[in-house]
Amino acid sequence: MIRKTMAVAAVAIAAVAVTGTAQARDQIRVVGSSTVYPFTTAVAEQFGKGGKFKTPVVESTGTGGGMKLFCSGVGPDFPDLTNASRRIKSSEVEFCAKNGVADIVEMKIGYDGIALANSKKAKRVHFTRNHLFLALAKDVPQGGKLVPNPYTMWNQIDPSLPAAKIEVLGPPPTSGTRDSFNEMVMEGGCKSNADMKALNLDDKAHAKACMTIREDGGYVEAGENDNLIVQKLDANPAAVGVFGYSYLEQNADKIQGSFIDGIEPTFDTIASGKYPVSRAMFVYAKKAHVGQIPGIKEFLAEYTSEKAWGKTGYLSDKGLVPMVDAERKEWATKINGLENLKM
Amino acid sequence: MTESTQLIRSSDTRTAAQIAASHLKRRHAAERRFKAIGLSAVVVAMTFLGLLLFTILGNGLSAFTQTYVKLDVTLSPELLGIGEQRTAEALATADYGGVIKDAMYKRFPAAQSRAEKREVAGLISSGADMALRKALAANPELIGTTQTFWLVADDTVDMAIKGYTSRQTGQEGNRLSDKQLGWLAELEADGGVTRRFNSILFSSGDSREPELAGLWGSVVGSVFSLLITLAVSFPLGVATAIYLEEFAPKNKWTDLIEVNINNLAAVPSVVFGLLGLAVFLNFLGMPRSAPLVGGLVLALICLPTIIIAGRAALKAVPPSIREAAAGLGASKLQVVTDHVLPLAMPGILTGTILGMAHALGETAPLLMIGMVAFIVDIPASPLDPSAVLPVQVYLWADSPERAFVERTSAAIIVLLIFLAAMNLGAILLRKKFERRW
Repeated sequence: MIRKTMAVAAVAIAAVAVTGTAQARDQIRVVGSSTVYPFTTAVAEQFGKGGKFKTPVVESTGTGGGMKLFCSGVGPDFPDLTNASRRIKSSEVEFCAKNGVADIVEMKIGYDGIALANSKKAKRVHFTRNHLFLALAKDVPQGGKLVPNPYTMWNQIDPSLPAAKIEVLGPPPTSGTRDSFNEMVMEGGCKSNADMKALNLDDKAHAKACMTIREDGGYVEAGENDNLIVQKLDANPAAVGVFGYSYLEQNADKIQGSFIDGIEPTFDTIASGKYPVSRAMFVYAKKAHVGQIPGIKEFLAEYTSEKAWGKTGYLSDKGLVPMVDAERKEWATKINGLENLKM
Repeated sequence: MTESTQLIRSSDTRTAAQIAASHLKRRHAAERRFKAIGLSAVVVAMTFLGLLLFTILGNGLSAFTQTYVKLDVTLSPELLGIGEQRTAEALATADYGGVIKDAMYKRFPAAQSRAEKREVAGLISSGADMALRKALAANPELIGTTQTFWLVADDTVDMAIKGYTSRQTGQEGNRLSDKQLGWLAELEADGGVTRRFNSILFSSGDSREPELAGLWGSVVGSVFSLLITLAVSFPLGVATAIYLEEFAPKNKWTDLIEVNINNLAAVPSVVFGLLGLAVFLNFLGMPRSAPLVGGLVLALICLPTIIIAGRAALKAVPPSIREAAAGLGASKLQVVTDHVLPLAMPGILTGTILGMAHALGETAPLLMIGMVAFIVDIPASPLDPSAVLPVQVYLWADSPERAFVERTSAAIIVLLIFLAAMNLGAILLRKKFERRW
């Protein structure tokens, strides 16, 4: 009995392994950023509901991991599209070209804001990026040199800020949100800081001083899960959280967005580019796969249709902040014409 | 020793009985202390377990019901956009969403502006058209009539009805606008809102709309993966255990193998994922995200558990059985297959099921082989892309929509039921086949 099942199982596995290697793909595969994941999955679902093609499979691998997979080669073993919460780097374009992925279609899909927020039980806060830099950097300029961050209370930085302990819950360094936060808030605040300018550091030391976040408890790495940060903010009104705008929108009954440089994070301020901490999001498609894997052109058309990425489209319900009309139009023609990426 | 007892005697004026009594008291006290510590450890463990179950059940039970809204829908051929056609193809591509929207506008004629109409339509899920499609496919005669349907409500409505979000009008930060809350109250007053068993959760694949998201795709994926795991790891594991225990000579090579197997049981599971990526995907060219590869990787994780449990079970079979069989002239192989293995089977099966239960809960190795992905279609074979239950938990926990909070807990409940069923199976098997000597 056991011997028989063993033999059957062995034969079945051998058969499956052989057929598995020779299988072509009739389903689009997407990899990449976890920030763009909610939007691409929504498009994939709608696309699949159309009934003509199978629903694309969307993996959440992070922007960098996605690029690596995407650029590894051409053929059914490699993904067709990749999500990115930043623009493709020239080093990645080179890596792609080296593996035969020469023609890439770039698709800018819209914007995402990074919100700082606290519990509604506390008062709304008005930050400047300079405040945030001084509160969160490991070393801050004082008396003409860099010293370990001495601030423990917000009002030590600026009397207009609340008299509360500095406690910011944010994503860990592996997250794309953290990269953007470093780039836009920390570096932005650092550049506007007059004391920092007076130090006259060389570029490398300047960037290091700007981007290194304190490790003495002022900044708490709260994990990749933004929902968790929202829950912690609700429980701890003194803390401030850092996460994507869509989480603020979904939980607007519990938390409130802080003003940054006088601008509140709202749909309109992000769309118009007034809100300083917002980033563009991209999807990249492999041109060599168009016509090989069924449905790629149609998928791009679905993504760029007004009912998806338009002002009142379903992606805006998911928290995507669309581009303005003219920009959308321009990108739609570029994408549907499969125009090549230009760096 | 004798010196110390003399010492006690010389300095102690108590009688021997008194000394014995005081020793006894101390020994009893030590025993009571130990019991108390043990009991409090059990209490702490049970409290944590209770807390876990309490929060998960508290969050998740409400996800087993879903809000439905009653609506009179006029199924006119014009609105459906099918004209005189009644073919199955025409019915499949008809505009059911438009019909539902029209019915909602008729239900709330006060909504006139574009924004208001959007808000009215937003009360019903974007996937509610499935119910209409099904009804018309079953009975095309309904075209042209007005029928009453219970349609799936949008997740924001569902959250408000279940009391997770506020229904107080005039508050900032509500997901539903004041007008929508008013319409909802109107519907409720007419008896047009109800909560029913959430069958979608158990019949459909993943979705980005919480009210349409289901676990079935990942349940099927888990079953496929575990079947592959069982088919690979059980025969391999049992054969290894038998060889090492019954046939292999005892030398430093077999010692080395044994140490390695024990070490393998403690290797972090993500390492197996990397191995799977390198061997099964890159070298053998198997498809990404497929339960076949997931099952093979999980089999590697299970293997050491099965080997170790199998060897323990074989060792527990008394040597007298082997000697008796050998004495009657049975060959070494006959002794093992006819006598030792059947007697060791309950222990081996228990070990196997515990290993499988471990494999059921793994996500980390599956990340590497692309099974942590958004997959809507229900897999039809182990070669189709698919997620598994713990991956679904992980993906839902990370979604911004509020309604996914309760669904995450619901998915955990389903996973726990699976685990409990498997462990129960292990206990029953042991009870049924166990033999004592």
